[in-house]
Amino acid sequence: MVSQSATKPAYATTAGLVVLVVFLALVSLGTGPVRLSPAIVIDALFGGGSAAQQIIIREIRLPRAILASAIGAVLGLSGAALQGLLRNPLASPSLFGAPQSAAFGAVLMIALGWADVRSYALPVAGIVMAFVSVFVLLSIAGRNAGLLLLILAGLAISSLAGAATALTMNLSPNPFASLEIAFWLLGSLEDRSFRHVMLAMPFIVAGAVLLWSQRSAFRALSLGEETAQSLGIDVTRVRLLVITGVALGVGGAVAVSGTIGFIGLVAPHLMRPVVGYDPARLLLPSALTGAALLTAADIAVRIIPSNTDIKVGVLTSIIGVPFFLYLIVRERRALAGGVE
Amino acid sequence: MNGALLRADKLGVTLSGRAVLKDVSLSFSSQHLVALVGPNGAGKTTLLRALAGLVPSTGSIEVGGELLSSLPLRERARRFGYLPQGHVVHWPLQVRDIVALGRYPRGATDPARLSPDDEIAVTRAMQATDIMTLAARRVTELSGGERSRVALARVLAVEAPIVLADEPTASLDPRFQIDVMKNLRSTPDRGVLVIVVTHDLALAARFADTILVLSNGRLVAQGTPEQALSETVMADVFKVTAYRADYQREQVIVPWAGV
Repeated sequence: MVSQSATKPAYATTAGLVVLVVFLALVSLGTGPVRLSPAIVIDALFGGGSAAQQIIIREIRLPRAILASAIGAVLGLSGAALQGLLRNPLASPSLFGAPQSAAFGAVLMIALGWADVRSYALPVAGIVMAFVSVFVLLSIAGRNAGLLLLILAGLAISSLAGAATALTMNLSPNPFASLEIAFWLLGSLEDRSFRHVMLAMPFIVAGAVLLWSQRSAFRALSLGEETAQSLGIDVTRVRLLVITGVALGVGGAVAVSGTIGFIGLVAPHLMRPVVGYDPARLLLPSALTGAALLTAADIAVRIIPSNTDIKVGVLTSIIGVPFFLYLIVRERRALAGGVE
Repeated sequence: MNGALLRADKLGVTLSGRAVLKDVSLSFSSQHLVALVGPNGAGKTTLLRALAGLVPSTGSIEVGGELLSSLPLRERARRFGYLPQGHVVHWPLQVRDIVALGRYPRGATDPARLSPDDEIAVTRAMQATDIMTLAARRVTELSGGERSRVALARVLAVEAPIVLADEPTASLDPRFQIDVMKNLRSTPDRGVLVIVVTHDLALAARFADTILVLSNGRLVAQGTPEQALSETVMADVFKVTAYRADYQREQVIVPWAGV
């Protein structure tokens, strides 16, 4: 045939990213108070090395590395899915207030004394609130939401969620609990165990499967919602499934890690030119890039010298916000044009 | 009309509390080019969207003898090629992949893995609209005229029995306006029903078999160009007079002056 698709599955990119994620995971397993070389790490993973090395790698650092990859991946995937759904490069869970809302749900559970930090009530509450936030946002924004409207509505929702969290902490009878919550909110993967992995994984996997199943709809949505509908896509259903998928992923992630922002904004942006701007092909590379970014950030917080430990959520925001500003400058024309 | 391909009975559409379309009944067989004309805000786009099942409507629509409301979305998508106004593409996708989206209703969800049939349909649509040379270009690099041909190719690639096109000639230079209309004209010869919304009465008069005139949500005239665009209709609905002539054995109707 004369015509060929430019957007062939990017096997090479995918393979490269997988290698990168595995490499970073090995580095992550080797990083900490006791530095271990990748060779020792691999040895310990497969039952070699000393007993101490095995405990450090398999019980202390492995859950953390797994969570970093999984949470980074689901955040990258959520960002790519939201961008596909809304045809908008500035869409992402954190700009829509989803992690903040999920955090509020989890904090509420803790403050009300309904759950400790290791109960399934946390992810469930987080998922419910994340769903509510994204659903409300998309309802406010309407069918053909412009950039400005989405960002303003996202700002309002994340502010509201932040204020609600603050109020909950404010009213909490136990000041130490408040302090603990405050630190937890900053977002961290420190001292996580396999209990946490079990807590978050079912939701992250379910969310990822749901988002992945909608990928071809994102491609048709490139032509706008009405045309996508005329091509046989039930746009209302796609919206609902994407919101549910994002809520499951983000809610599950936030419940064990606190709020980690901007991975969902940065990862799809880095990969978009690589996959020929195809919103369906973007999903997998975005997820892998998200995994790589969060794992790298989680390594960085252990390497950067400081008196107290830096929270990984703080680091992703410190890097993510300037990136967001850069995107705003790039999209300035669309934003100045107002609500399209 | 018996064995009508598309039939609408007492169609009504209400959008945010306003009756945009009232009591529209029509019936068309295949191999027909219908032009839908009318002043701004007459409800032309709404009628097109209602026929495609994209807005909720009262009354009934039948496609090939089956109720539209009884057909699943995928099946509707196979029966209608819908070309909206504006030709929006939100990402800088490749031309050929956009055209391939026309095969989505046939199950071709991945443009990199088209079946031979899908591949043939895509190529045929691109040849018909003369965009083969643009296949590898990104849609953002194209001119307005090129973009509208890509959009038309995407609709032709559906190979649906009914094509609904909303102002396919808007923002095109005269040559491409004529090209697009000729393209749509040759589509009915292949057994397809084409309904085109247009503001260009001259193009409508020259190329359409039937003209529907819509005013304030009602069908006020229907028939051959001479019948539907009569002096009364031109004066009452469009508030213009028209110059009429025959040129190269084709009908010429050109809006001339306000009344």
